[in-house]
Amino acid sequence: MFLAAGALVLALLALAAAGCGSTKKSSAGSTTTGSSNCAKGDLNLVTPGTLTIGTDNPAFPPWYGGTPHKPWQVSDPRSGEGYESAVAYAVAKQLGFAKSDVKWTHVPFSNSFAPGPKSFDFDINQISFTPARAKQVSFSDSYYDVNQSVVVNKGTPIASVSSVAGLKPYSLGAQLGTTSYQFIKDKIKPSKQPSVFPSNAGAVQALKNKQIDGLVVDLPTAFYVTAVQVPNSKVLGQFPAEPGGEHFGMVFAKGNSLVHCVNGALTKLRNGGTLQQLQQKWLAKATGAPTLK
Amino acid sequence: MASEGDRRADPEVASRRSRLLSGFRLEAEGAKGVAIALLSTAVFIAVVIVAVTQSAGWPEVKRTFFDWGDISSSFPDIARAFKLNVEIFLVCEVFILIFALILAVLRSLPGPVFFPLRALATIYSDLARGVPTILVVAVLGYGAPALQLTGVPRSRVFWAGVGLILIYSGYVAEVYRAGIESVHPSQEAAARSLGLSRFQAMRRVILPQAIRRVIPPLLNDFIGLQKDTALVGTLGVIEAFNQSQIDTNATFTYGAYLAAAALFVAITIPLARLTDWLIARDRRRRQAGALA
Amino acid sequence: MTAVRLENVHKSFGESEVLRGIDLELADHEVVCLIGASGSGKSTLLRCVNLLERLDAGRIFLGGEEITRRGVDVNAVRRRIGIVFQAFNLFPHMTVLRNVTLAPRDVLDLSRREAEQRALELLDRFGLADRRDEYPDRLSGGQQQRVAIVRALAMRPELMLLDEVTSALDPELVADVLNVIRELAAGGMTMLIATHEMGFARDIANRVCFLDGGLIVEEGGPDEIFARPKQARTQRFLERIIEAGRL
Repeated sequence: MFLAAGALVLALLALAAAGCGSTKKSSAGSTTTGSSNCAKGDLNLVTPGTLTIGTDNPAFPPWYGGTPHKPWQVSDPRSGEGYESAVAYAVAKQLGFAKSDVKWTHVPFSNSFAPGPKSFDFDINQISFTPARAKQVSFSDSYYDVNQSVVVNKGTPIASVSSVAGLKPYSLGAQLGTTSYQFIKDKIKPSKQPSVFPSNAGAVQALKNKQIDGLVVDLPTAFYVTAVQVPNSKVLGQFPAEPGGEHFGMVFAKGNSLVHCVNGALTKLRNGGTLQQLQQKWLAKATGAPTLK
Repeated sequence: MASEGDRRADPEVASRRSRLLSGFRLEAEGAKGVAIALLSTAVFIAVVIVAVTQSAGWPEVKRTFFDWGDISSSFPDIARAFKLNVEIFLVCEVFILIFALILAVLRSLPGPVFFPLRALATIYSDLARGVPTILVVAVLGYGAPALQLTGVPRSRVFWAGVGLILIYSGYVAEVYRAGIESVHPSQEAAARSLGLSRFQAMRRVILPQAIRRVIPPLLNDFIGLQKDTALVGTLGVIEAFNQSQIDTNATFTYGAYLAAAALFVAITIPLARLTDWLIARDRRRRQAGALA
Repeated sequence: MTAVRLENVHKSFGESEVLRGIDLELADHEVVCLIGASGSGKSTLLRCVNLLERLDAGRIFLGGEEITRRGVDVNAVRRRIGIVFQAFNLFPHMTVLRNVTLAPRDVLDLSRREAEQRALELLDRFGLADRRDEYPDRLSGGQQQRVAIVRALAMRPELMLLDEVTSALDPELVADVLNVIRELAAGGMTMLIATHEMGFARDIANRVCFLDGGLIVEEGGPDEIFARPKQARTQRFLERIIEAGRL
């Protein structure tokens, strides 16, 4: 028995030692794949000839719209409706893919950064760029600059707060995987322990149940929450944008050369005013919230 | 003066000598066996290490799972969050031990008049063990407060705790029941023959023996409970596993999972050794009194 | 005065009828030994007397009162009867002293001091006082059985039932236990004893009953039964015993 325990400890130590070799240089992990040519035929794709795009299920407005068909719920990425769906198809068109050449695949958030080969060419799912994350995956440039905001139930004490400091005594929540939790910790610094929910459904239910006082989400999502998910709620306000700002980017396998081509497409769309147009179309409501300072 | 030959002929000396010699022989065989075991274990470990580190995905796995900076930087927050897990399982375990005992005793009540109680206890045990714990926690944690009845607590930790207590009591009741049934019926016969009532016999004679016998499986369920405290995280409450998920999602690496795992293992190992010690100490008590 | 009376007692287990109509009477201070082959019903008979088994037919009286009637307080009846089993059945998680004081304290409501005093007197009388803080697994079989007897005596029963109490003991330990029983008999305790120890039975019994196939085939004084058995079945049984060198 002791022998087995000793052997196990030895094995684990050996693995850890092998692992603890300096891994500061993240470039040791992956190699740059594909060429830097963005011709459609030269792109580094999971399935040649098809652009495979990933996002999570359910797909929520205003990022996705249209009547959902199986297996998608709430909205359908294939509809082209909703901001992210529209941007994805616009980028695809720039790269030379027709709508029929685009395939959507369900990628739960935790799969988007799991090690090993990806099942998608890029993942678009309201994922914020952070330097830490960028060590493990490649991010495209911004396709949306994010403002955090807070949703509250009408008629509750928190609903009369008008400043960031005023939020301190309340119990706030955020969804797992978003940068909202970090925002709560760094910018609001509440006295009560915040909550972090594995799914949107849980976060919304907790707000309805008044188990949390306020839910911190990006502004567009906040409008969906108040419009559809939590009756009698409102967007209390949005937080001022950071210098340098928080932004959403598409996620690629680390070192995938495709990111350069997508960035090229995004630049064209931005310069040509398309991104702005799409934001007007799909995220217009997301501008009318007071700013909390 | 006796010669060595005479000395060796002495039976007492002879037996001592043969014991010594056979002891040495056994020791030599034992040492050889240990050497072989060590060698084969070392070879096995070497094979595993080579296979893992030579695999195609190893560099990426190494970077994402085994980065020491990653693990150590996430550790403080996770350790702090772990306090909640500890509080939950300590409090819940007390209630579980009591409630499960009640269920087990109800189940053992004899005679037709007690049939409804026995049936209820049986159905309860079946349901509690059949339903996934995560479902019960979700339904209670979100559903109970959603009813908006006055007096019903909103706290998610409270409802997760209730869920854990309800589920685990089903398992632990079965453990108690096995213990009660393992006490030889002659013990109850002896107690009743002295004039003790059924309740007194249960309390003084059967339960003390039953519980001593099932301490290992009881501790097993306790260890399982410790892991399941992570389910309160599905309700959004920040405990160790949820915190490790937060870190993982922030960095896209998994060192935080290892840190959380290390904490859970750290409390399990002492408990497991305690279990072993209790079994060994209790073994001698079980020899007397139960000859069929 | 009749200490205990069994009237037409029948007891079956499933298909097989183990007691087929037992009639037996013990007077106060009488010592009756039950002998018979295994399976003849001796244990069952004893277990019926202290209501561990329910009768299928018949009645049992303790000191004139019917203890098999409906609504009887079973625990109260059992207080008055002491039983000692072949397997000792001491409580392994309690010391000797606690084994003996448990029932006096919980059932008779004696205080701890009173119960311990009573227990120590009895343990002392039977040479076990120095073992009082030991756990049963530290005692020899003979010591355990003597403790079991003391445990029953601590309740001051009217009647003692002894079920093959030496059958599980190593031969050299049997004598000590038999001496305890002799002492009890000399002290006037009413006893119903199932035993294989024929020499002992001959010695101590006022009466001997031979049980065979669930019935008392023959009963009488020890000399009568052992020296001049009337029934053929009794004779055959005794012959086998003598052959085995046990008489």
